[in-house]
Amino acid sequence: MSEAATNAAAADIGVLRFSTAGSVDDGKSSLIGRMLYDSNSVTSDRVEALERAARRKGETEIDLSLLMDGLTIEREQGITIDVAYSYFATPQRKFIIADTPGHEQYTRNMVTGASTADAAVILVDAQRGMTTQTRRHLYLSHLLGVAHLVIAVNKMDLVAFDQKAYAAIAQSVEAFARAIGAARLYLVPISAKFGDNVVHGSPRMPWYDGKPLLALLETLPPAILTHYAPFRFPVQLVRRVPAPNGEQFRQYLGRVESGRVRPGDEVAILPAGRVTRVRAVSHFAGPLDHAVAGRSIAIEVDGDIDIGRGDVLAAPLQPPRVDKKLSATICWFADETFTPAARYLAKCGTRTVSARISDTVHRLDVATLATEPAPETLKCNDIAMVRIALAQPLAFDAYEDNRATGAFILIDADTNATVAAGMIARPEGESAARDVTGFDPGL
Amino acid sequence: MDSSPVPPLVPAPASPAAVPAAASQLDHLESEAIYILREAAAEFSHPVLLFSGGKDSTVLLRLAEKAFRPGKFPFPLMHVDTGQNFPEVIAFRDRIAAQLGERLIVRTVQDSIDRGRVRLKHANQSRNAMQTVTLLDAIKEFGFDACIGGARRDEEKARAKERIFSFRNSFGEWDPRHQRPELWSLYNGRLDKGEHMRVFPLSNWTEIDVWRYIEREHLALPSLYYAHERPVAVRGNILLPVSEFVTLSDDDAVETRVVRFRTVGDISCTLPVESSAATVAEIVAETLIASLSERGATRLDDQTSDASMEERKRVGYF
Repeated sequence: MSEAATNAAAADIGVLRFSTAGSVDDGKSSLIGRMLYDSNSVTSDRVEALERAARRKGETEIDLSLLMDGLTIEREQGITIDVAYSYFATPQRKFIIADTPGHEQYTRNMVTGASTADAAVILVDAQRGMTTQTRRHLYLSHLLGVAHLVIAVNKMDLVAFDQKAYAAIAQSVEAFARAIGAARLYLVPISAKFGDNVVHGSPRMPWYDGKPLLALLETLPPAILTHYAPFRFPVQLVRRVPAPNGEQFRQYLGRVESGRVRPGDEVAILPAGRVTRVRAVSHFAGPLDHAVAGRSIAIEVDGDIDIGRGDVLAAPLQPPRVDKKLSATICWFADETFTPAARYLAKCGTRTVSARISDTVHRLDVATLATEPAPETLKCNDIAMVRIALAQPLAFDAYEDNRATGAFILIDADTNATVAAGMIARPEGESAARDVTGFDPGL
Repeated sequence: MDSSPVPPLVPAPASPAAVPAAASQLDHLESEAIYILREAAAEFSHPVLLFSGGKDSTVLLRLAEKAFRPGKFPFPLMHVDTGQNFPEVIAFRDRIAAQLGERLIVRTVQDSIDRGRVRLKHANQSRNAMQTVTLLDAIKEFGFDACIGGARRDEEKARAKERIFSFRNSFGEWDPRHQRPELWSLYNGRLDKGEHMRVFPLSNWTEIDVWRYIEREHLALPSLYYAHERPVAVRGNILLPVSEFVTLSDDDAVETRVVRFRTVGDISCTLPVESSAATVAEIVAETLIASLSERGATRLDDQTSDASMEERKRVGYF
């Protein structure tokens, strides 16, 4: 391996997924285009295609936003309509960008992009300041548990790179973030069009002493807090392996969603509730002495216990809740309104169970945070607190404690459409947020 | 059992030294792909993995080994052969399938032509787009409900919007405007009879990720991915492989150049690029500074119009 490659490998801190959100004309696609272009991640044939497009329209400068906008329909309408993924990497990090439209009708895409994101980059137009849309995006990103909220105050060129204009916006954003309880907030004044503070710093804003946007994204702490949360392992598949003595033993295949596991650990098998001991942890290359959150592995346990897809292996002293009813905040996605009579399936982790929405507690106006109690129906893009009744018991955590075991989707059992995304709430009466969860210093 | 969460027993780590290292870029991608393969195996009753002998599907096979060995794969392999593929790629395909001991199904566009399912406008027409008919017929023949493929979102703009579990209606069509929302790792695999899913475990990989993985895992590939001498026809800034399946015009100058292929598919639409990269490490280095995107440089079928991939995908292409 060359020296350069060795250095790059040493600095590799993995993947950062971020969502971008902003109104149609906040310049979001231009910002991503600028990041790709200035970090030398755009190939020459794509630049040539942009140059051809500019010539066709009789324009002199290439439109970097076209690097992001994908489908034909969108090119015709000039807006982004769905979640589009793009990628670039620096030696430190690979970035997965989920670009989501800011158009009001498409809250569902924003929620989709945020569901897997470690960070959200939210654009605010420096001329317009914080809008309903900004509040909506801040709230939804926070609701979806996005760890880092990055506000890019764009079009600083149109306010003469004025510090006061920026400070006023920063103040109102910070006030709203405090109101919703969002902790990790970062603000960067930029001009996506001219590249100020995107990849390179800006000599036109000497008053800004923070990092340019890309440097900030390169250094955000990786999402490794899941390593310290209690162990959770939803079983995907059971594999029967022939043993040398002619018998078979079983391996449980899945991904460690939080915490870690070692041979000898006690684990609870949920929802059944039995406790057993881990006999072996392995992957393709052979046995492992431990596995941490994020790894896809195989586990063997002691005893002849009935374990199948959908069961959760968990830390017995810090188990998930097991129940046939739960409260959750859901985002309704379907064009059809919610009807109490409809049959749904809830998929949580690797388990799918029949579900019914038993109550609608309230509907939330994301922009004003006002609630409307007990709405009779839910329509597309509504955010609501609901109670859900399940046909079989489910093992789950509160979403704010564990994204993997606290999230679910609702599937319409008749149409097979994904009609809602849900985030499980803490049980009623238990309100205090726990800080960073259990940590085992033994590793 | 009905239990509430127990508060943490031990406080969070105080010293940075106790913080475990983040998984590397490749570890992250590998683990995600294994998770997706296992979800596909669990959610579908008759999945199939599309294996062409190309680099992406070769990576997919290694990931399937990591997901399912020491067991057998829970799906057969299938190749839709246009009949105009490079012979050494076909030989590689057969050798790898035999080494793995997994069943390989081959269905040919020629057979679809013979049965009148595909009609060519002229004998030398590219058969690339015709694969769709053969693929959809094979899906029906075997009753497959999921096709696992090696497509990546970075290859092409239309693919950037593709879901990891991507729904196809009973005509095999993709409707980009009405895709199922896909959140967290909660893939919705529900289907009615006659519908199927395309599953893309490499969705979040880029070309460089694939090459780095080939390097890390010491994966064998057909030799035409590496620099070699080959007679090519020079047409403007593109090179065409000289072959019975490629129609040359009088203006094309045939020369021998040192080239390699970045993508390998039907000969009639796969173009080599000039390169002296003869090892994986050299290809990794070259890809890092490559100035042409993978499909842009090498695929004749995508150059017809800006939207040609999207149009093919809508009707069922992979």
